Amino acid sequence: MLSINNLHVSVGDKPILKGLSLEIKPGEVHAIMGPNGAGKSTLSHVLSGKAGYTVTEGSVSYYGRDLLEMAPEIRAREGVFLAFQYPVEIPGVSNIYLLKAALNALRRHHGEPEVDAMDFLTLVKAKVKLLQMDEKFLYRAVNEGFSGGEKKRNEILQAAILEPKLCILDETDSGLDIDALRIVSEGVNSLRSSERSFLMITHYQRLLEYIKPDVVHVLAGGRMVRSGGPDLALELEEKGYSWLEGQAA
Amino acid sequence: MASEKTINPNAIAFPEFAASLPGHDILWLQAFRNRAAQSFSHTGFPTVRDEDWRYTNLSALNKTLYAPTESQEVDSDWLATLRVPNAWCVVLLNGRFSVDLSDLTDMPAAVRVQSITQALVENPARLQKYLGQAVVENLHAMLVFNNAWFSDGVFIEIPAQTTLAKPLQILQVATEENALAATRNIWLLNENAAAEIIETFAGSAENYLTVAVNEVFLAADAHLTGYKVQLEAETATHFGGVYLQQAERSRFEHHNFALGGLVARSDIYCDLETGAECTLNGLAVGVKRQHLDNLTRINHLKPRGVSREYYKTVLDQRARGVFQGRVVVAEHAQKTDSQMNNRNLLLSADAEVDTKPQLEIYADDVKCSHGVTVGQLDEKSVFYLQSRGLDATSARNILTFAFANEMVEKVENVELKELLRTQLLAHFPAISL
Repeated sequence: MLSINNLHVSVGDKPILKGLSLEIKPGEVHAIMGPNGAGKSTLSHVLSGKAGYTVTEGSVSYYGRDLLEMAPEIRAREGVFLAFQYPVEIPGVSNIYLLKAALNALRRHHGEPEVDAMDFLTLVKAKVKLLQMDEKFLYRAVNEGFSGGEKKRNEILQAAILEPKLCILDETDSGLDIDALRIVSEGVNSLRSSERSFLMITHYQRLLEYIKPDVVHVLAGGRMVRSGGPDLALELEEKGYSWLEGQAA
Repeated sequence: MASEKTINPNAIAFPEFAASLPGHDILWLQAFRNRAAQSFSHTGFPTVRDEDWRYTNLSALNKTLYAPTESQEVDSDWLATLRVPNAWCVVLLNGRFSVDLSDLTDMPAAVRVQSITQALVENPARLQKYLGQAVVENLHAMLVFNNAWFSDGVFIEIPAQTTLAKPLQILQVATEENALAATRNIWLLNENAAAEIIETFAGSAENYLTVAVNEVFLAADAHLTGYKVQLEAETATHFGGVYLQQAERSRFEHHNFALGGLVARSDIYCDLETGAECTLNGLAVGVKRQHLDNLTRINHLKPRGVSREYYKTVLDQRARGVFQGRVVVAEHAQKTDSQMNNRNLLLSADAEVDTKPQLEIYADDVKCSHGVTVGQLDEKSVFYLQSRGLDATSARNILTFAFANEMVEKVENVELKELLRTQLLAHFPAISL
């Protein structure tokens, strides 16, 4: 579904990604680990279409189409979802308003009618329950005054409503205590299916105990320096990243 | 004194109109008006040389004679769209109290709501006691102009220990080109009285001038919730001044929405006695070439006063905004607690805002803060919404509406809130939700 080939990305004059390649098939869960400054967040931003990044070489193909050509909102409507490392607070816009506007934008894109108000409420309430959130959250402004854990849960709630094909989790575990991590992970696991793929970006192995990946990659110096099974994460936990950084070109 | 000032047409015409103004046969009022007319003939409308008017140029007003009109023509369907449901209503049409259009059904007999004209006939001594007492007579030329020219207004007196059962709307409309709608309104809330008063300004004509001055006296423990909804016509000039005397522990909560007019200026002055509180919320939304100026002045005169001020401005195209907020804490006003916040959103490179928060503190044991921001939409927020499937234009519109709507959300009157939301969307069609 997603094929990244020899991707080079710069911010200003500074190259960040230097020939990154990655292949994800439907239903697979990939974890990308790596030290700070390796380019992990850059990868998630480039895939979701954030401005400020220049692709100097390489390609990203999403279901056979050039992902980099698409506007951010088109990517979203085509099923690419980014769970932000730092979800943005939007005072004055209620959660439920955003959820409905987003779902309807997606449905219109696919030629479907807008969602019925009652059906929508039923759907949202079910998902809220799944993520063990208080229904009051729906009527609060998006992420405003939310704790770190609440923000991350809210991201997963959005994913649960929008049902993406590719879900990118950018440091979803950062800032979470153990209970919040468990709840968020359960939410993510409930979304796993044979069709839906995940790209999990994380600094720590901890998250992978809760969400079992199929493939683990190590990103260092702007490239994948190692790929392997879940065991690779354990090895990293033991040895740190320094033994791999030397291998970055 | 030799002067090169423009001779203002209203200054010349005053003697011709003086006899038609209410109270022209009452000596003290005649003297009051004549002093003002005399002063105005020297100054004309305020100029940018006047510190409190330095960002708002009114020189264009000196070219036209704005004359009081007896016209009672009004489109009743249009008027109905401005009415707030479940409220008493007074209509001031072209600056005159219209009994026919007003609805004061079931207003308790002890509560006085009448035209200034009527009040001057029935009880001139009562008016003499209050007229010109909430504000210095020569504060600025616009107030002076009102002193000379006011053609009517509303006199309200709420007895002690009385709470108005529903809101009172004062709907001031202008329907004649070049009309002058100059009103003087005197509101008295006696001890422990409470009321909600909604002022709405609108017009269906071109190039008219509204000059409304309210003198408000809150006795001890009185509580006034005031709304100002300014929806003047696109080519109109608006001045609205609210001058309050707040006795001990009185509370004033005000929500000021400036959406209309070509040039519009609001003054709000609060003088706070011991333990009095005022909350001033405001939203100005300007488009095209609108110029919206809000000036507030909070005087903490005695100890333990509380003031909270929160004003927002949204400007698009070539619109211009001004915020001048001044808090003065007098030497003996210890334990004053004051916060001022002004946030400005500029949507276009040609929009401009001038903001001037001022704190003057002469007491040493006080808690005062102020903050100002001027900015554009947060690109991170735009991207966040795009990443959820909303196109960039919708994302921007939603964020703009959300910024403005925060002030609408503070309105507790649900019917008014609905009306404001409708007006906000109509005024700013870029926002469609």
